[in-house]
Amino acid sequence: MLKRLMIATAALGLALGVGAAQAQEKFKVGFVNVGPKTDGGWTQGHWTGVEMLQKELGDQIEVTFLENVPEGPDAERAIEGLVQAGNKLIFTTSFGFMEPTLKVAAKYPDVMFEHATGFKTAPNVTTYNARFYQGRYIIGQIAAKMSETGTAGYIVSFPIPEVVMGINSFMLGAQSINPDFKLKIVWINSWMDPAKEGEAAKALFDQGVDIITQHTDSTEPLKIAQERGKLGFGQAHDMYDAAPKAQLTAIVDNWGPYYIARTKAAMDGTWESQASWDGLAEGTVQMSPYTNMPDDVAAAAKDIEAKIASGEFHPFTGPIYKQDGTEVAADGVVMDDGALLTMDYYVKGIDGTPGTN
Amino acid sequence: MRIELIRRPERSKAMAWLSPVIAVALTLIAGAIIFAVSGIDPLRGLYVYFFEPLTLPFTLSELVVKAIPIIIVAVGLALCYLSNNWNIGAEGQLTVGAIVGSLLPILAPDFQNVLTLPLMLLMGILGGALYASIPALLKTRFGTNEILTSLMLVYVATYLLDWLVRGPLRDPQGFGFPGSRAFTDFQVMPTLIAGTRVHLGVILALVVVAGAWFVLRRTITGFSITTLGQAPRAGAFGGFSRTKMTLLVFLISGGLAGLAGISEVAGPVGKLDVVISPGYGFTAIIVAFLGRLNPAAIVVAGLVLALSYIGGERAQIVLGMSSQTGRVFQGLLLFFVLACDTFILYRVRWVKAVHATAVARPAE
Amino acid sequence: MSMAEAIIITIIVASTPLLLAALGELVAERAGVLNLGVEGMMIMGAVAGFIATYESGQPIVGIVAAVFAGMLTASLFAFVTLVLVANQVASGLALTLLGIGFSALIGESYANKPGIKLSRIHIPGLTDIPFVGPIVFGQDPLVYVTILLVIGVSWFLFRTRGGLILRAVGDNHVSAHALGYGVVRVRFLAVLFGGACAGLAGAYLSLVSTSQWLDNMTAGRGWIALALVVFATWLPWRLAIGALLFGAVGILQFHAQALGIRVPAQFLSALPYLITIVVLVLISGNRLLMRSNTPAMLGQSFVPDR
Repeated sequence: MLKRLMIATAALGLALGVGAAQAQEKFKVGFVNVGPKTDGGWTQGHWTGVEMLQKELGDQIEVTFLENVPEGPDAERAIEGLVQAGNKLIFTTSFGFMEPTLKVAAKYPDVMFEHATGFKTAPNVTTYNARFYQGRYIIGQIAAKMSETGTAGYIVSFPIPEVVMGINSFMLGAQSINPDFKLKIVWINSWMDPAKEGEAAKALFDQGVDIITQHTDSTEPLKIAQERGKLGFGQAHDMYDAAPKAQLTAIVDNWGPYYIARTKAAMDGTWESQASWDGLAEGTVQMSPYTNMPDDVAAAAKDIEAKIASGEFHPFTGPIYKQDGTEVAADGVVMDDGALLTMDYYVKGIDGTPGTN
Repeated sequence: MRIELIRRPERSKAMAWLSPVIAVALTLIAGAIIFAVSGIDPLRGLYVYFFEPLTLPFTLSELVVKAIPIIIVAVGLALCYLSNNWNIGAEGQLTVGAIVGSLLPILAPDFQNVLTLPLMLLMGILGGALYASIPALLKTRFGTNEILTSLMLVYVATYLLDWLVRGPLRDPQGFGFPGSRAFTDFQVMPTLIAGTRVHLGVILALVVVAGAWFVLRRTITGFSITTLGQAPRAGAFGGFSRTKMTLLVFLISGGLAGLAGISEVAGPVGKLDVVISPGYGFTAIIVAFLGRLNPAAIVVAGLVLALSYIGGERAQIVLGMSSQTGRVFQGLLLFFVLACDTFILYRVRWVKAVHATAVARPAE
Repeated sequence: MSMAEAIIITIIVASTPLLLAALGELVAERAGVLNLGVEGMMIMGAVAGFIATYESGQPIVGIVAAVFAGMLTASLFAFVTLVLVANQVASGLALTLLGIGFSALIGESYANKPGIKLSRIHIPGLTDIPFVGPIVFGQDPLVYVTILLVIGVSWFLFRTRGGLILRAVGDNHVSAHALGYGVVRVRFLAVLFGGACAGLAGAYLSLVSTSQWLDNMTAGRGWIALALVVFATWLPWRLAIGALLFGAVGILQFHAQALGIRVPAQFLSALPYLITIVVLVLISGNRLLMRSNTPAMLGQSFVPDR
């Protein structure tokens, strides 16, 4: 239904544009995504944000949402295609689009670009990301309280800083409740592969964990958790409907407010390049309702959520040690963003090194 | 009632011309149906998909960029297939060629002079050729089926690349993200047309096509390739060695695939990354068939297939169509071409009655 | 349930779709047809199975739909390669392309919809036997279907006249034709069987391994199935063992990681293919094994001379 609307909108927009003459010019916004809007995870999170954007700015804008654009040389063409079609503000939502975005941005200095999860900016390229680690800390605490075995399972994709940061934050949260908490980590080398994620979940449960969390995109691990009578956390998206008995909460990507703010700024000329990293405070990260847990655990979770959102507490507050005991943050000191964005080591208490190589 | 094929005494010239036309027409009709079913005006859909890209300079240049690796690989494959050697592993050879060619800028990043790029290309060719020699040698020494070995090696190469760019060859300044450091200056394919991505690869592709045409038409080697493919016994009598031929064509096609690989990496991609080819090695197989193993026709076929990619992307941007329609069109086109090509060699007859074949049946 | 038990069950679930798809391809190849379109047939089965189950609410409807979809896809290939005598390699690739693209197209609106999982059987008394019970008597129905198929195919190929004819067609189609056997018909049926099995394998993915549909969810399993057939030297029972091995590689990798043992993931993923190459070389070198099991006419087109 929405797709028909989009097709109609795009066709209409094209007809208007081609028809030249009178133009109540709609501001064109483009999105380049690596997956489909129905993936139930990352890309869908962005689509939900786009829906909010369309609701808010309605007829003032025209959105093109490209799906399944592979990272690599083809991405450059897709991005440039959007520019050629008249889009003035373009969001590229995957790390692998970094170089293509920068290349196209260099060619078109009047077009504004926003690259998610990257680290290179330019006068017309902003990077944006969400402080998911804040959510990880909260669920880490919940996990430590709800787990009977004191061990959680973590299903992850690739050992990039974002993922490692998430693991560390989760562990720090868990350790704040149970200093001896243990973590079993499985890398499946893919952002989304339901069958593999399911197998990884089964392997973890078979080995005795009773709570799982993931940094991969499908609902399969939670479904397995429910089948086994265990608990877990949703990722990027409220997965409660897929596993109502198993989901404790989910870290939800809420890009809507950010997209609305940036589009408005682009439209009224106040847009500027920045490296933005919003979190609970700005509403970019949200926690879905706390379910399947005793009231006091839920209350404590809401409490720490509020503290993080207000800035009263930061998950990466020292003392924090690397595995070998090196101190990376002294007592009471908060690690700065730069240190977080380049994190490639585990904190003390986690065995092994990130990745499978 | 069944269909019977009767071999024509010689290739039908008429059908040879008509077949691709009919195949394309059938594909367009099928495409129109797909558009209609998806709620899009068929004529508009076909226009945006197949014709509009040819009218805009941007998409036209992208068409060429995309067609370059496909054509280079397809020409090499054509030589293979003509001699009845079925190299299905071009994707793997492309990957290994890209890896080997990239070793120079990655391991010796300060080696920046006029020789850098030619050396990279040369190393890429060698890498691809060496990788292709594996299925070739397995075939000549052990008689192992080259379709299966070359196919399996594609996966091995892909995993090798994945491991390398996430591990040993990873950019130390990349914050842990996969991929090598970006290539610069002399390590990059020079752009031929400013403002586009059209790079040196175009010249390479044309040279390759011209070279292949020349070899096939004007040299003994070329003659032996086609002879051994069509009439192996005659070829053997003519003194052409099957073994040497297998090795030769695999080395050539592997080398060309490797060239395509390093051209892509030094060109549009700009570094050694996890994904360096959206399946060019397999697309090239299709293009080789569409071009009937003829270098000149392969150029056309390569451009047609590149068009189906570009058109698919445009259809997404302009029409909101699913990104998957591209694959559907490619599959349909290939099927129709394969089906129509039958009529070049055979006539078709519908047989109404069942013939009783008077042959002696073995005792039960 | 002990860990070993759970691991074995997970391996069986991982191996079953591989075994199913490979079994179908084995029959087709035994008849002399190399169908590289297994991936395409599998994914059509997956999407058809999911959509049919979602719309009807009954997994059994999904299974039937998947088998049908696989056969339909296979018939396209069979028509082009057997009746119109087109090149099998190119046709197989075209089939894969078409299958992946088409399935994504029709499955678009079903992505991430909640599916229905085929549940395991439970025989009171038998399933509850410790250790052996759940493994032998507590699997989902398709596992048992697969085992029956392995037995059936093995029996058919080596103990019936029909199987003899099929193998004859695969080994020497000219002689088979001279003897009056319908080469094209036998091959057509073999390819259809291959499609049915591949479709079923696809359904397993969207109804048992997971209960959802996702674009390109077969993720290369069709190619592994092709490798499996060779690995098993075209013998059904070896196929079963090979499937278990290939399936185990994936599962054990996760277990090893969870236990803290570092395993280079890419090497493990490449292992099935490397092993297959080794096996290929071994059997090619062994003349006797070659002659007795590899269909000599594999991949070659046949046109009857009048």
